[in-house]
Amino acid sequence: MRILLRHGRVLDPAAGTDAVRDVLVVDGSVAEVADHLDTPSDTEVIDCDGLWVTPGFVDLHTHLREPGGEGAEDIATGSAAGAAGGYTALCAMANTDPVCDAVPIADMVWRRGREVGLVDVFPVGSITRGLRGEELSPFGELHGSAARVDFFSDDGIPLADALVMRRALQYATAFDAVICNHAEEPDLTADAQMNEGAMSSVLGLPGWPHEAEEVMIARDLILAGGVGARLHVPHVTTAGAVELIRLAKQRGVRVTAEVTPHHLLLTDDLVASYDPVFKVNPPVRTDADVQALRAALADGTIDAVATDHAPHVPELKDQEWEHAPCGMLGLETAFGVVNTAVIRAGVLDPLQAIARFTTGPAGVRDLAGHGGAIAAGRPANLTVLDPERTWTVDGRALHSRARNTPYQGRELTGRAVHTLLRGRFTLRDGEVVPDQPSTTSTSEVAQ
Amino acid sequence: MTDWLPHIPRLISIEELDTEQVTAVLDTAEQLLPIAQRRRGSVPTLRGKVVCNLFLEDSTRTRLSFDLAAKRLSAEVINFSAKGSSVSKGESFKDTALTLDAMGVDCVVVRSGSSGAPLQLAGYLDVPIMNAGDGWHQHPTQALLDVFTMRRHLGDLTGRRVVIVGDVLHSRVARSEVQALKLLGAHVTLVAPPTLLPPAVQDWGVEVARDLDEVVADADVLYALRVQRERMHRAFFPSSREYARIWGVTGDRVARMKPDALVMHPGPMNRGVEITGDVADSDRAVITEQVTNGIAVRMACLYLLLASHPPRVEPCVPPAARTGEVA
Repeated sequence: MRILLRHGRVLDPAAGTDAVRDVLVVDGSVAEVADHLDTPSDTEVIDCDGLWVTPGFVDLHTHLREPGGEGAEDIATGSAAGAAGGYTALCAMANTDPVCDAVPIADMVWRRGREVGLVDVFPVGSITRGLRGEELSPFGELHGSAARVDFFSDDGIPLADALVMRRALQYATAFDAVICNHAEEPDLTADAQMNEGAMSSVLGLPGWPHEAEEVMIARDLILAGGVGARLHVPHVTTAGAVELIRLAKQRGVRVTAEVTPHHLLLTDDLVASYDPVFKVNPPVRTDADVQALRAALADGTIDAVATDHAPHVPELKDQEWEHAPCGMLGLETAFGVVNTAVIRAGVLDPLQAIARFTTGPAGVRDLAGHGGAIAAGRPANLTVLDPERTWTVDGRALHSRARNTPYQGRELTGRAVHTLLRGRFTLRDGEVVPDQPSTTSTSEVAQ
Repeated sequence: MTDWLPHIPRLISIEELDTEQVTAVLDTAEQLLPIAQRRRGSVPTLRGKVVCNLFLEDSTRTRLSFDLAAKRLSAEVINFSAKGSSVSKGESFKDTALTLDAMGVDCVVVRSGSSGAPLQLAGYLDVPIMNAGDGWHQHPTQALLDVFTMRRHLGDLTGRRVVIVGDVLHSRVARSEVQALKLLGAHVTLVAPPTLLPPAVQDWGVEVARDLDEVVADADVLYALRVQRERMHRAFFPSSREYARIWGVTGDRVARMKPDALVMHPGPMNRGVEITGDVADSDRAVITEQVTNGIAVRMACLYLLLASHPPRVEPCVPPAARTGEVA
């Protein structure tokens, strides 16, 4: 099986390449990258003129909801959404039911991802058993399992106990694992419903002060620096948090950080509709925060764009604002949002921006080569994007089982056209290609 | 009543009204006041209309006021009460809304502990929605009855000084009140413990004073907000005794007010905390008058929402033609 991606603009952050190239894929690997390649007869040629050819996207923060929340999403539907968004690797968050705090759960998630075959699913282990913030999950066992878990998070629930956090950081150094704490000081956000500020004041919703995020990040940076551990800060949302991380990086703290597409675009004035589709944790903030986040993404203070893709069934979102759960879909709109709000706005050049979807997250944890260079001999995990394609988001047309997209009806520019996982099309001409060739042929015979 | 009055499609927030609409409510309420005061019998204005009081949060006082207002206008009233409304508690908010829609009511008066619930309800129903208080957000009829009461005593409110003292942060009354007063040209000063002031309150176009004693002498109205005693347990202020001393409406403070200045309170009062019993029972206080005026103002709102609202006509569409989404 040979595929030639012809004449695309190759954006390869690992090699620093930004040039029009031909990319030849043979038997699941990249065989050659050159200005011009001849086409052998048994090669499928994909015209990539005007398109971007990048490493497959990596998402550090995906809620696939399986096991336990399959009404909103499962590994199959979430993988399809990932492939449609240009992703070849997703990190499945640990707050499932049961929680991913033991080897059997991590193995199930990892194997199920392989079975579905649309993306590689890398489980995130919980920091503490049952997300209860008390006893540590078995980092060593999880790290030694087939899923090779090296990234731990109680995402959704802050690890409030400073001693447990410090021990988690210390213990994780035995495996060079990363601790990712949901950065929110819970006493400061009791009953909080939206960003605290002029909008919450008028809307009469309890505010979520930016200090709650910054206090927790400051604590974690100090603790991680003290024990020399690796800390990852998820979904950074405030200008103050950006400053803390920037300073810690200058001081040599081993910290990485991510920002979501929605925090790079949406602001808290949208809450005036009281439409719970805009309810998310941490909340959408102000324009000043958005500008600071964009600048931090540009200067590398923030390493990665991560979706925090969080599907919810409609009956939970169709409630009064205060009762609705937090979370938004993100996988299929991530590139469109970043391309529209950041790249086309001139804040980041395309190569830097693609780095935040690929090499950036791949530098946070071991992702088995995902997000790496487009070079001979490497697995052909590739994404072909149309940066000029303008489309209107419709939650019902997305691949997720849930449809809680905050971009409903919004026009975005930029979309994945093809995605290849180890040389196999998982997305082709905008259509997800299920990995069931044998099943398909069997049913055809039966008919 | 005259027919040049502006139509008010819904009453969810004072923010959605203009000065002309507020004035229309007040002028209409003035005409309806004798009926509210029972000096005249009820009128058949809304005969045949069905008003639903959807109370998702307990509030006997407000519900009775709306009930009386609708009945004095000869509307039929149905009550739908449920404590809370979420999937976990039984029927969802959305299903409640769709049920009311299917029952064919002409107007929904909604009270909810959830900020924004009336606006969300308006997304599900085509009939006029009247907000009877939502979370910390708005209580528009309270604000209208308050400015109605002020106007009856003080005349034109342009340039009048209103001091609102107390728990502004948790107060839907304060949010509505400030907006209504500004529409009528009044000057508003807020006084509160700093822990009970909303963030960025200076954006509201009001003055914020630190010391109640410095502002009472110039005030035309001193409006005390209810403060919940439970607040002290979350460290908003140390004790009700300290609160009463520093932010309470006391006889000493009222004695320094102008002779015609008013003392108001939205009720129910915590006597001895935000207002002393003596002040509440004094001639300065127009608190019981606010209650009576509330009926007149709610009658006016119902009239303006419903009298010119076109009758509800169900489109005659066969069920098959209703292309409902398959979930």
